[in-house]
Amino acid sequence: MKLLFAGIDEPGLNTLDVYRRAGGYESLHRALAMTPDQVVAEIDASGLRGRGGAGFQMGKKAAFIPKGDMDKYLVCNADESEPGAFKDRELMQKNPHQLVEGMAIAAHATGCNRAFVFIRGEYDYVADILDAAVAEARGAGLLDHVDLVVHRGAGAYICGEETALLDALEGKRGNPRLKPPFPANQGLYQGPTLINNVETLATVPHIVRMGGAEYAKLGTETSTGTKVVSVSGHVQRPGNYEIELGIPAREIVYGLAGGPPEGRKVKLWFPGGSSAPVLTEEHLDLPYDFDSLAKAGSMLGSGSIIVVDDTVPVIDVAKWVAKFYTHESCGKCTPCREGTAWTLAMVQRMDRGEATPMDIEIMAGVQEQIIGHCLCVLGDSMAMPISSLVKHFREELEAHIEAARARRDGVPTEPPPGGSPEQEEVAA
Amino acid sequence: MSGAEGVPRFAHGSRVPGWDRAVDLEKDPEEVPDPATTPVPDALRAEIEEYMGRYPHARSAAIPALRAAQRHHGWCSPEAIEQVACVMRMTSAALTEVATFYDMTETEPRPHHHDVFVCTNISCSLRGAEAVYDAMCAAAAGREDLHVRSFECLGACDIAPMASVDGVYVGPLEPADAATIAEDVRAGRPVLEAKQLARRPVADEEARESRPAGAREARP
Ligand SMILES: Cc1cc2nc3c(=O)[nH]c(=O)nc-3n(C[C@H](O)[C@H](O)[C@H](O)COP(=O)(O)O)c2cc1C
Ligand code: SF4
Ligand code: FES
Repeated sequence: MKLLFAGIDEPGLNTLDVYRRAGGYESLHRALAMTPDQVVAEIDASGLRGRGGAGFQMGKKAAFIPKGDMDKYLVCNADESEPGAFKDRELMQKNPHQLVEGMAIAAHATGCNRAFVFIRGEYDYVADILDAAVAEARGAGLLDHVDLVVHRGAGAYICGEETALLDALEGKRGNPRLKPPFPANQGLYQGPTLINNVETLATVPHIVRMGGAEYAKLGTETSTGTKVVSVSGHVQRPGNYEIELGIPAREIVYGLAGGPPEGRKVKLWFPGGSSAPVLTEEHLDLPYDFDSLAKAGSMLGSGSIIVVDDTVPVIDVAKWVAKFYTHESCGKCTPCREGTAWTLAMVQRMDRGEATPMDIEIMAGVQEQIIGHCLCVLGDSMAMPISSLVKHFREELEAHIEAARARRDGVPTEPPPGGSPEQEEVAA
Repeated sequence: MSGAEGVPRFAHGSRVPGWDRAVDLEKDPEEVPDPATTPVPDALRAEIEEYMGRYPHARSAAIPALRAAQRHHGWCSPEAIEQVACVMRMTSAALTEVATFYDMTETEPRPHHHDVFVCTNISCSLRGAEAVYDAMCAAAAGREDLHVRSFECLGACDIAPMASVDGVYVGPLEPADAATIAEDVRAGRPVLEAKQLARRPVADEEARESRPAGAREARP
């Protein structure tokens, strides 16, 4: 079943003409003929859960937006900077009108008179495509009810966090805000704001076309619909695949993406981008949906599967993860700013042969001090996968530490006396 | 090395540069630059004003305006920031604070005109990004015009290992491609045309063969 990706490679689909010939913008016309509440009810009935990470139901969030005559804002989160995620890029690049139509419908449903797409600065060429689509749609009178602006960021993963995104959109440093108040009450310019991911909004035209109840028949009961999954790492056919939620993960990793190269095995996989706790080969038979993955101790997140095969030492995985979050921590709260850097330093020490197996315990303890103690979940986003690596691969880490020490003439060194983490390798 | 006990508390690469520098309390508060004494190139002014007009609150234009100034001056120099401040009627400090936060706004001088961002994040590293990065650095050695830098995930792990060359995504790369990239940039040609992401079909074969799911077909 293809919805978002149906005909995605159709030549010229990025133009209004081709999009319309395929029936595009008919959902918008249909929605405009309905009352806003009716549209929200359809979205609610669809059970559509956010595709950006948290998996919150879009219909519920839309219903939080206060009614009445005031400036209200719709913001599309197109920051897509999570390692492993690249679905929004393909959706916007190849079918920008699908997103524009979804936003036009969502704006009508919530009474938002201004809308923004916050797109990461590195996606300049995609932003050009979106700009052209918005201009075409505006020219055709399809955006008379909402002023839609494509806003380009300047490179910072944290701007994907919704409140940091709002600060960045207000022209500030992208530091997350304390919640509550939630954006639905006080968001952009202190006004009520609905924030949704690209894929979430791009699904809206299909819900209006099919009807919420019909859409809800796809997928599982609590994870309805289809999902575009980005598969990368050690698979033979990396790329985006649209699947029905609830199919076995093995079917995605092996069936669609071809699995690891001949003769190699899946050692571990991130089910939902680099922020998701890792799972192992035995978990590949899990149904790929929000609740099954949560029950297994991980999460679906943005729906990005990173596959790591048995040729890679776990310590390398830990290093890449820690390095990324150290670089991207906004620095606002201590457990995250310091915890990410210390974790990286500890992993590097293990790799250099300056650690003992006891350091695994210390590192795991640092993760516990991060989880739940930060302003936003970026800190947790490192702590959870690192903890899961320790949980699943403690023996390998121990062996690695011992081997690295042996390489250093078997002389374990003292921990540095209260100093700060090593500086190397962090700059990027 | 500064701050308490000479520990570089904030020098570890997170986004907090300057927190360890002391504040000069004697200094007068900064003022918004005076248009009479701050010349701003017409084209830059027009571009910034156009951005400011897009938002209900002009300050939202800060990031697009800084990026425009960077295109104009090569980097976010104090002069560039002052010009933005002058047009936006803000202080340079408020804009410097923004410019230092983001990866793509450069607050250090650089002679380079071309950016090569080599992704060294997880999915690219799993497929050999390190060798590509090393090869790219070697290919750019001695080249004043090339700014090679390792970068976090650029959102194109399907073509891992990959790089963004002046915003054009190319991959999957092999170390041997580095020299071609360097040559293509020098010659002003499209970079590594056969490996550009824009040309890549969707991986999902069923999607490739399907038709757009427009309302016409599906409606009863
Ligand atoms: C550190 C961090 C990064 C995030 N990055 C993104 C992102 O790039 N894109 C996105 O849609 N959501 C991202 N999110 C989730 C958003 O905060 C928010 O939940 C989401 O945009 C809501 O949209 P949805 O309900 O449609 O998923 C991120 C969250 C955190 C904590
Ligand atoms: S958890 Fe990290 S990224 Fe989030 S606000 Fe705190 S320091 Fe910033
Ligand atoms: S990890 Fe390199 S593009 Fe995502």
